[in-house]
Amino acid sequence: MAQWVAACTVDDIEAEDLIRFDHAGRVFAIYRSPEGDFYATDGICTHEHAFLADGLVMGDIIECPKHNGRFNYKTGAAKGAPVCVNLATYPVRLEGSAVLVDVG
Amino acid sequence: MTLENLGSSKRDYNLLGRDARRAAETGLAAAEWYHTALPRKQMKELMQRSDGPAIRDTLIWLGLMAAFAAGGIYFWGSWWSVPFFLAYGVLYGSATDSRWHECGHGTAFKTQWMNRVVYQLACFMIMRNPVTWRWSHARHHTDTTIVGRDPEIAVMRPPDLLRVVLNVFGIVDAYHAIGDMLRNAAGQLSPVERSFIPQMEQAKAIRIARIWLAIYLAVIATAIYFQSILPLVLVGLPRLYGAWHMVMCGLLQHGGLADNVTDHRLNTRSVLMNPVSRFIYWNMNYHVEHHMFPMVPYHALPRLHEAIKHDLPAPSPSILAGYREMIPAFLRQLRYEDYFVKRELPASAKPYREEFHEVPAPSAAQ
Repeated sequence: MAQWVAACTVDDIEAEDLIRFDHAGRVFAIYRSPEGDFYATDGICTHEHAFLADGLVMGDIIECPKHNGRFNYKTGAAKGAPVCVNLATYPVRLEGSAVLVDVG
Repeated sequence: MTLENLGSSKRDYNLLGRDARRAAETGLAAAEWYHTALPRKQMKELMQRSDGPAIRDTLIWLGLMAAFAAGGIYFWGSWWSVPFFLAYGVLYGSATDSRWHECGHGTAFKTQWMNRVVYQLACFMIMRNPVTWRWSHARHHTDTTIVGRDPEIAVMRPPDLLRVVLNVFGIVDAYHAIGDMLRNAAGQLSPVERSFIPQMEQAKAIRIARIWLAIYLAVIATAIYFQSILPLVLVGLPRLYGAWHMVMCGLLQHGGLADNVTDHRLNTRSVLMNPVSRFIYWNMNYHVEHHMFPMVPYHALPRLHEAIKHDLPAPSPSILAGYREMIPAFLRQLRYEDYFVKRELPASAKPYREEFHEVPAPSAAQ
């Protein structure tokens, strides 16, 4: 069941960057692609406990700050060692300047 | 000092042993580590990747290797070949340590296939299985010098100084590397290897060991065919006669400093080095900076150092100064293994995280 929550505004994230969003005890990462589109994933690496918001966005890729594990943040796909488990992704939509994430 | 301390350790470095379990129970394993605060904008700038510096450095590295190898072959049979092979050996047996390291992190090049190619090449030369060592190094970054957790502690306590000296010529490391290669090529992974290599990656470790074994057998066959040791002087033996620079730099990374702490400023040492060593070592002399922010590529480490040095102990001013600090610490650890060097923080730094750092009072040098 969809559960849309406002995570941030479009101006909170620079192009090709991300921010951390905490909601109901869960940690998410909200991305703005180089093209200006918004995406959301789980905010913690699937390899070890590290906040992806401290990592680096390069095109479609988020690189974890701890061991440089890489995911495609648009699909959640793990892109090779040391990450082997995909990242959960969440639907995102805009309402005016608000970025909403379906955390349901 | 008690003689009973000599030759026995209170520490259990086995990754499946007592201290490994204790680290997990006490929260030392996979803990949250201290990081110097940096604005996100500045951090992003420092993390930016570029192909240019690593392509330049790789062309210089491989070009010099080819030139020195050509000189060594040309003068083969005379003493004039010695300086060529000494230089070739350092580029083979030492420069590959930092290339393995940086490309393993995936930060040296922006283009990932370039990282993968240089990683595989460097792994072969330094005799580190690219699968095994990728995972061991991930653990080293998670649990840096945590006893029982870190598989890459170069000098355990009390220090085995004979092993250190033998490794100046790569002897102990190569002995173990060859044993590991043969065992892996036979399809076997040790319990320790299985403890940190995920199941889905284990077959790759075995496959690469078999490829390497085939290469080494071909080199040995070539040497026998031509009745000359020259093929082995070019492939394999440089891991021994060229290892000294890697050991010289590598020991300084954590040697004589604290263990079982969660603040890289306590267990890691940065050292200012000459430009030649920095080229061979790919700026890993900024080692506190690297451990704190492994996303920052080697070519940006001097800038990172400038950005956070207010929060770090001053780097050792030279390799010699680093050894003047580290060797006495090793010698004291022979008698009292809890001894370590505690480096002074500048007044501008945040205090050390010491909650895991409770050892008897005589241990800390002020």
